[in-house]
Amino acid sequence: MSTLLDKRLVFVTGKGGVGKSTVAAALGMVAARQGRRTIVVEVSEQDRIARAFHGGDSHFREVEIADGLWTISVDPQHALEEYLRIQIRVKPLADLLSGSRMFQYFAVATPGMSEMVTMGKVWELTQMQRRTRGASRYDLVIVDAPATGHGVAIMRTPLTFANVARVGPVAQQGRAIHETITDARHTGVVAVALPEEMPVNETLTLRDELRRELGLPLDRVIVNALYPERFGPRQATTLTKALEGADAPLARAALRAALSEQRRARGQREQVARLEEALGDEAVRLPYVFEPEIGPEQFEALSRELEVAL
Amino acid sequence: MNVADALKDKRVVICGGSGGVGKTTASAAIAMGMAARGLKVAVVTIDPAKRLANSLGLDELGNEPHPVDPGLFEAAGIEMKGELWAMMLDAKRTFDEVIERLAPDEETRDEILENRIYKELSNAVAGSQEYTAMSKLYDLDRDHDFDLLVLDTPPSRNALDFLDAPDRLTGFLEGRALQVFLKPTGFAGRIVGRGTGMVFSVLKRVTGVDLLEDLSVFFRSLGGLIDGFRERADQVNALLEDPQTTFLLVTSPEREPIDEAIYFWQKLRDAEMPFGGVVVNRVHHDEAPDADPDEVAAQLEDELSPSLARKVAANFRDYQLLAHRDAANIERLAQRLDDRRLALVPHLDDDVHDIAGLAQIHRFLFASDRERARMLAETTA
Repeated sequence: MSTLLDKRLVFVTGKGGVGKSTVAAALGMVAARQGRRTIVVEVSEQDRIARAFHGGDSHFREVEIADGLWTISVDPQHALEEYLRIQIRVKPLADLLSGSRMFQYFAVATPGMSEMVTMGKVWELTQMQRRTRGASRYDLVIVDAPATGHGVAIMRTPLTFANVARVGPVAQQGRAIHETITDARHTGVVAVALPEEMPVNETLTLRDELRRELGLPLDRVIVNALYPERFGPRQATTLTKALEGADAPLARAALRAALSEQRRARGQREQVARLEEALGDEAVRLPYVFEPEIGPEQFEALSRELEVAL
Repeated sequence: MNVADALKDKRVVICGGSGGVGKTTASAAIAMGMAARGLKVAVVTIDPAKRLANSLGLDELGNEPHPVDPGLFEAAGIEMKGELWAMMLDAKRTFDEVIERLAPDEETRDEILENRIYKELSNAVAGSQEYTAMSKLYDLDRDHDFDLLVLDTPPSRNALDFLDAPDRLTGFLEGRALQVFLKPTGFAGRIVGRGTGMVFSVLKRVTGVDLLEDLSVFFRSLGGLIDGFRERADQVNALLEDPQTTFLLVTSPEREPIDEAIYFWQKLRDAEMPFGGVVVNRVHHDEAPDADPDEVAAQLEDELSPSLARKVAANFRDYQLLAHRDAANIERLAQRLDDRRLALVPHLDDDVHDIAGLAQIHRFLFASDRERARMLAETTA
């Protein structure tokens, strides 16, 4: 694991609803605790992580949410404006461009443009010499990758763009970013999955696409929200019998909940086994959090689990 | 809410919501239920789980709906009075079809389909799923004789991206900006003024000349289809605003999906779109509020060993916690929407990946609130 967090850039991927942001933040806590200045980047235009940590507004602002742990929520519009300021260097010209309706149409309609500038900002955050004025460098940048489409798509955007542009500044930058992203010494990829059939399949697809399209390995798979294995098969039989004999509504409800949990936990274990067999490697397991909300305390607990497991 | 009532006399239903909440299975169960009641229904799915896709016969290619084998429903205890058709959207192919349909001649068609930029991007483009989903819906409505179309929407970053995707495309193609873009130094450039010419030259500095020229060629050939795109966008809008179209939101009872559902609903309201109700999936149903773990353990001690009884009680406490959380989130949703048109589906023990699983969900969706409460009490926990 230490090798994963020793990289400069880690993408946390996974479909919507699997707890990707939670894992990205918990991973960030581990890295920060180990002394790395770390930033978790959200690209979904929601500042979920800052809100979960009560950390203030992170819309295109780097805010510190714990010791050595920062977060930023990147949106394409701001990323584009910043990109132009850096590219053009002459502020009035940059403002002219980003303020122009024609340019906005161009930016919206050019396919892949928002992904490209978002990746540009991610890349900028990884630089030792930050281009943003007054910004300091980070040891590690963790990206909470977007849930839309396949996780690989946004990572492939720089190359796609470079191919489309062929020559010129955009093409050069696209290639430079692509080379950084596809350097396994520099970039790591973590997949988050739920122990259910579809997320497991998607994780395996992701691994194949990552290898095929970017030549990158999947560094870690984190299985999130595992139910505790409270009851074994023999106990299940005992519980089933007890349910047949029970009359009191409360006892019946509790027994049904226990049997249900046993079934779900067993189904989850089957999916984890299938995943691990296909991966040929162990997955990192995180427990289901039986709390109404995930706040700083729960992040702390999850990060401790991660630190041990990794 | 009984989904059958919510969809009475409807021709199109669009199921929206965030990713990972079971939108595809809910869409399929809704389509199945309406078909069982005698309609000819097509469900358009975006990215179904493989086993569910297989069980619906969706492994076939073609980007067109296929009838689902009626024998499958009988086996699952569903009396199928109508027909269920299903298809999996192929975004790239749908986009190609639109171009084929709208191109004024074969030359323009081939020019676009073989354009480097088009080929590189029409598949991977963000937003192309949104555009093609709406476009396909329109084609299905126009070319087929389905009584009801059920659309499972792509998981969008911006909840309503897919609604205005056709408008955004035509807005760009028609805009003065594009005209300038195509002829930056020509007549159009002069009437728009000096500022735009400058914008163009700055843009050149950023992107390089090649990209701009390639894009010009691409947009110029696409420009020949402007009228077609415009007409299509208008027709899609007309379909969305049709009184026979409605939206159902699908969510799970966790905080974030509920937040998203509220946001989505707000957007629908702002856009004056019709709204039919909310399906809340995977609900932990509270059977014994305020149960004391010690009392639970005490009641079980006759049947179970003390340690097993304690474990059952501890498990029940965790379950109750989720049930309370779900109830609080659902209440927040109902209050925020000021709407009680909810259909709650319990958290089932197994993943849903076949017709039998859909049939199980379908029972909860197509029940009155009272029937559903009774079924929940019987089957959950």
